[in-house]
Amino acid sequence: MYEFDIFLPTSVDDAVEKAGEDQQFLAGGQTLIPTLKQRLAMPEALVSLSKVAELRGICRGDDGALCIGAMTTHANVAQQSDFPALAELADGIGDPAVRNRGTIGGSLANNDPAACYPAAVLGTAATVVTNTRRIAADDFFTGLFETALEEGELITEVQFPIPDSAVYAKFVQPASRFAIVGVFIARFGTDVRVAITGAGENGVFRWAEAENALADRFQSDALEGVGLGDVDILSDIHAAEDYRRHLVTVMTKRAINRLCSQ
Amino acid sequence: MPLISLMINGQERAAEVPANRLLVDFLREDLEMTGTHVGCDTSQCGACVVHMDGKAVKACAIFAVEAVGQEVQTIEGEADADGNLSALQQAFKDQHALQCGFCTPGMVMSAADLLAQNPKPTEHDIRTHLEGNLCRCTGYHNIINAILVASGQDPTVPA
Ligand code: FES
Ligand code: FES
Repeated sequence: MYEFDIFLPTSVDDAVEKAGEDQQFLAGGQTLIPTLKQRLAMPEALVSLSKVAELRGICRGDDGALCIGAMTTHANVAQQSDFPALAELADGIGDPAVRNRGTIGGSLANNDPAACYPAAVLGTAATVVTNTRRIAADDFFTGLFETALEEGELITEVQFPIPDSAVYAKFVQPASRFAIVGVFIARFGTDVRVAITGAGENGVFRWAEAENALADRFQSDALEGVGLGDVDILSDIHAAEDYRRHLVTVMTKRAINRLCSQ
Repeated sequence: MPLISLMINGQERAAEVPANRLLVDFLREDLEMTGTHVGCDTSQCGACVVHMDGKAVKACAIFAVEAVGQEVQTIEGEADADGNLSALQQAFKDQHALQCGFCTPGMVMSAADLLAQNPKPTEHDIRTHLEGNLCRCTGYHNIINAILVASGQDPTVPA
């Protein structure tokens, strides 16, 4: 590995202060460290968040939201029982060793187009809290590996409103365990939100046409003839565009059927 | 270069290493504890699995400095001081759960992690828990049998 420094701050203030130009925050490292090995990223220094205790933990906010610290591992999210669909999503990320180290904040900051968490965050209209502000999910994901985060801005917490019911259905890429297509559906009263990961060329997106159809009638056949609009769909060695497009509908129907049979 | 001092298998071990030393290189190169293997450069094979504070992690995807203050357990800590194999290691041996043995340290450490949480795992539990451990010799059936036997169950997977 090329030479670089690693800082180990113990508080958010200290971490933000240490993060200068050409430096990068290191969360769980399950994506960033392999990326560094291949020199696909070459920061001059890393600011490891592993010793910042205030970034870990799960609690319920005054408004009932589930508040998850940015450095909370997938394994810990999988263990909470307040939001079962989110626990199930976290339990399907990577493998057990990855889940013991990888974090929700790291996943969101990276915004991989096939990552699972972005679907839950967008699907529930969660709020991403940083050291400087609160960012609504609809404003957070801005493109492929792109987010609304500014240089040196650090995610501290994610606040999930807990839906009346929710489900995550993932068609898994068996080697990486990322989603070829992942569908997160959340119901709040009569409102339905549908977020799709794995499929969009610009990363996670809301499937507005499906949301409208399902708000009228929450049945899988309500999706008959409902198209994906003008979203650009990914095509790669794992799945071609038309296949992925088809899979979005199939997985959304499976998700609905699972919710209806609960 | 910073002096990094870690608790490994209950003993304090220290070395002066560059700040960006991976835990797995710290173990293998600096401490000459070569039981933990490196099977890939992409953090996908699981040959490097060790425990940190009792949880399975990939030593190739953690920096040694990040492990300071935590308890690291490696494959070298599985057998007792006299070299007697642990029940899990003995079961791997008895069930012929290794061919070349390259994946074995990671398999054993992942299996130990599973048994610590789930003392009587089903075949499905075992397969799911070993998702991140790849065996190039593809001897998975015997590995699963070994873990069944180590947890006091019958080896049910046909070899
Ligand atoms: S060496 Fe392959 S996962 Fe660590
Ligand atoms: S025994 Fe050879 S890689 Fe598993």
